[in-house]
Amino acid sequence: MVTNVASLGRSGLSDFLVQRVTAVILALFALCVAGWFVVNPGAGHAELVRYFSSPAMLMFATLAVASLIAHAWIGMWTIGTDYLRPHYFGRLATVVRFAYHVAIALVLFAYAAWAIAVIWRLA
Amino acid sequence: MEVSVYRFNPETDESPRMQDVTVDLPADRDMMVLDLLEMLKARDPSLSYRRSCREGVCGSDGMNMNGKNGLACITPVSEVARRGRLVLRPLPGLPVVRDLVVDMTQFYKQYERVKPYLINDSPPPAQERLQSPEEREKLDGLYECILCACCTTSCPSFWWNPDKFVGPAGLLQAYRFLADSRDTATAERLAELEDPFSVFRCRGIMNCVSVCPRDLNPTRAIGKIKSMMVTHGT
Repeated sequence: MVTNVASLGRSGLSDFLVQRVTAVILALFALCVAGWFVVNPGAGHAELVRYFSSPAMLMFATLAVASLIAHAWIGMWTIGTDYLRPHYFGRLATVVRFAYHVAIALVLFAYAAWAIAVIWRLA
Repeated sequence: MEVSVYRFNPETDESPRMQDVTVDLPADRDMMVLDLLEMLKARDPSLSYRRSCREGVCGSDGMNMNGKNGLACITPVSEVARRGRLVLRPLPGLPVVRDLVVDMTQFYKQYERVKPYLINDSPPPAQERLQSPEEREKLDGLYECILCACCTTSCPSFWWNPDKFVGPAGLLQAYRFLADSRDTATAERLAELEDPFSVFRCRGIMNCVSVCPRDLNPTRAIGKIKSMMVTHGT
């Protein structure tokens, strides 16, 4: 049976708000990084390291990673509960969906840990 | 014209099949899809479909015509037929009882869930609960729904989670009572819908809007429910 036990906030409203707020944060972060490349044409690795090692960018990048993880979890959880259901997988549906959720959680955790390690190496 | 009709009789057929029939249409006038079905039924009385008012009011003859849901009685053949061909199927996503007749139980269950009636816990006045013309106006575009299920059965979110997602028709009615100045159960109604499925499975693809035979806009009503939740819940 498809249930909401694994949704981020167990509430559609909180998931809805989290997804929108994190989308805005990610859009601002993307604009910030893309804008930097526009105003610094030809910038190389050294300049990029300097830009990202400022305390403000360290915090912003960390916030962006956290937003990405939350945003991705809600989206991927929704896809799983839409498609991985008894209609397609019969009795195995719950097992398949659980395995899918665990795999997504592991992948997102790995990305988060890796990204945080890369970002804070610059501190 | 080539007409392909979905046929299934659970008493005799193991699986559904499409029956192809050639029909000669009158050259001097257009006809509704329901008239065409009546012609087919005259040839083969075993063909089953629901119909009643034949003027788009009762909502009985919702079906899928060349891939788009609508009411057969108010859909001209010329509007849906493509290259002289018309494919008629039952409303998608609901169990088929026979031919074009579907079992609407799941649809009605979701409708029942939103408590589609006025709830007011204050003592009733001597005559009636009054509404200003402005308050009454807020119900326009909501109360006209005839529950034909064209919208809900065109919604992928309903196909995927019919037991949890209320569906556009039910949500339109949910908002009809949320928007009613005489209703006092706003908080309870919103709380009932706050889980990740009931309202929030709507992805705003607007299939419901494009098929509604009454030109209603369930997507807008769903957006308003979400806004009310944000205002009430944060």
